[in-house]
Amino acid sequence: MDAMPTTMPSGSARPSRAADEGKIVARAVNVHYGEKHALKDVNVNIGSNAVTSFIGPSGCGKSTFLRCINRMNDTIEGCRVSGSLRIDDADIYAATVDPVELRARVGMVFQKPNPFPKSIFENIAYGPRIHGFGKSRADLEPIVQRSLEKAGLWGEVKDRLNDAATGLSGGQQQRLCIARAIAIDPEIILMDEPCSALDPIATARIEELIDELRRTFCIVIVTHSFAQAARVSQRTAFFHLGDLVEEGPTEQIFSAPVDRRTQDYITGRFG
Amino acid sequence: MTMPADISSNEFVRAYERAEDRKSRNAARARRERVFRAVGLAATLLGLVALGALIVDLMLVGLPRLSLDFLTNFPSRRASQAGILSAWVGSLLVILVTGFIAVPVGVAAGIYLEEYAPKNRFSDFIEINVSNLAGVPSIIYGLLALGLFVYGLGTGRSIFTAGLTLALLILPIIIVATRESIRAVPQSLREAARGVGATEWQVTRDHVLPAAAPGVMTGIILGISRALGETAPLITIGALTFIAFLPTPPIQATAPYVNMHWLWDGFTVLPIQAFNWISRPGDDFVGNAAAASLVLIAITLGLNGVAIWLRARLRKKLKW
Repeated sequence: MDAMPTTMPSGSARPSRAADEGKIVARAVNVHYGEKHALKDVNVNIGSNAVTSFIGPSGCGKSTFLRCINRMNDTIEGCRVSGSLRIDDADIYAATVDPVELRARVGMVFQKPNPFPKSIFENIAYGPRIHGFGKSRADLEPIVQRSLEKAGLWGEVKDRLNDAATGLSGGQQQRLCIARAIAIDPEIILMDEPCSALDPIATARIEELIDELRRTFCIVIVTHSFAQAARVSQRTAFFHLGDLVEEGPTEQIFSAPVDRRTQDYITGRFG
Repeated sequence: MTMPADISSNEFVRAYERAEDRKSRNAARARRERVFRAVGLAATLLGLVALGALIVDLMLVGLPRLSLDFLTNFPSRRASQAGILSAWVGSLLVILVTGFIAVPVGVAAGIYLEEYAPKNRFSDFIEINVSNLAGVPSIIYGLLALGLFVYGLGTGRSIFTAGLTLALLILPIIIVATRESIRAVPQSLREAARGVGATEWQVTRDHVLPAAAPGVMTGIILGISRALGETAPLITIGALTFIAFLPTPPIQATAPYVNMHWLWDGFTVLPIQAFNWISRPGDDFVGNAAAASLVLIAITLGLNGVAIWLRARLRKKLKW
């Protein structure tokens, strides 16, 4: 039994308070879906100025853990989360925390592009409007433009902001979803396999975008593809059967993994 | 030396047999396809032909009686002077009350059951019973209303009681339709909205309901159509069959200029009027009954048309 992550730089020591490595701090996080123990004693520190990728075989708990960070699991029947999960040193599962407010700080991009069945403009403007950033179209226009620019989509859609978002290509839809997430000015953006439904060219555009966004946001990305983890992330965490097996600089995880399971997975012995 | 030849010829025969098999199987499948097509067409036509024959028959008997006078006259003992003014006004007012009660309550209950209620034995129990209620004979609702509203709550044999009774009757239809169409809204849409920090109510109001609205409208159309044609429960609660006055007008000359007294007035509705006429001895009133039925059909189709138009508009607003 090696339930403890072996190469966590700050895991062996006490959780350090260094701002850069402690944006998100998980201690002994466990998740149960009914009887199923989906996530076991996860300890990890996630820094703010980096992209962290979660890799591992299907059902390993990487998406489950991602969805703990914005309490998206709350809405799932029979899901229980225990342990301590802190953002900026504040427990996000504390009774005083409103998950709705938390989700405004921790944005999310999903596996399949899921734009609202509304216009491109409305897709971006919805979040800022419900959070009171502006009411009229004039208030919201600059926010919409800025978000679409940051997502590298403005040039492609600026002449058809009132068209249906669902008329965009898959890759454009996913960048729209990223724009929608950054429109409400989050600190953290969670991405759950954001490229798994996209072709290689659209994937490359999203990856470039992630690289640009990491200067502004703390990004956590779940991915099936090692190549993608290697390309976009500075740190990588490997999950297996509900355990966080090891976490470290991406290069090290891929070139010199410490744990046998990580080795086996990366060399393609299972997965 | 003959072995290889034998084997190959055997294989040839087998391949030939396989091909023949496939051919006959395909032929059988094509045959079944044709049979089903014919059965389906016949089933569709049966309904359409029956409806068509009914309407043509009604028109032959009823059209000669249909005139402006027929719409603006009160019932009379003389068939040629009798009209349906009180009946169609009654029908519209009762449906108005029904809609005002059943639509908000039904939609709210559907939303609650689907989006808010915890999934446990109790909600399963409610679910089964709501579905069961949709199948309860309408006369039972009439008996319930007679006991509970007319005698229990003293709401009288009024338009209000009738509207309330029919609202109860169509509530399950609207609840079930609302739930079905809410359930059909993809989970990814809810997650998208939650992901940008929408509250559960914002998720429901801004995303789930608009996406479900066309389906909800279908349920409302079905319910209202059903209510328009109901006779038994209204007779049970004591609808009048001969009524020579209109309900109190809702507008008056003195402050506050509007009133709701009409809610408490006696009433009749089109199907009751038609039933009343058709059950009289002699042929004099048969034409009247047919003409009243035509008007009932026209009102039903008219209301459905409005609802379908609304539904199309709601669909267009969605940009799937």
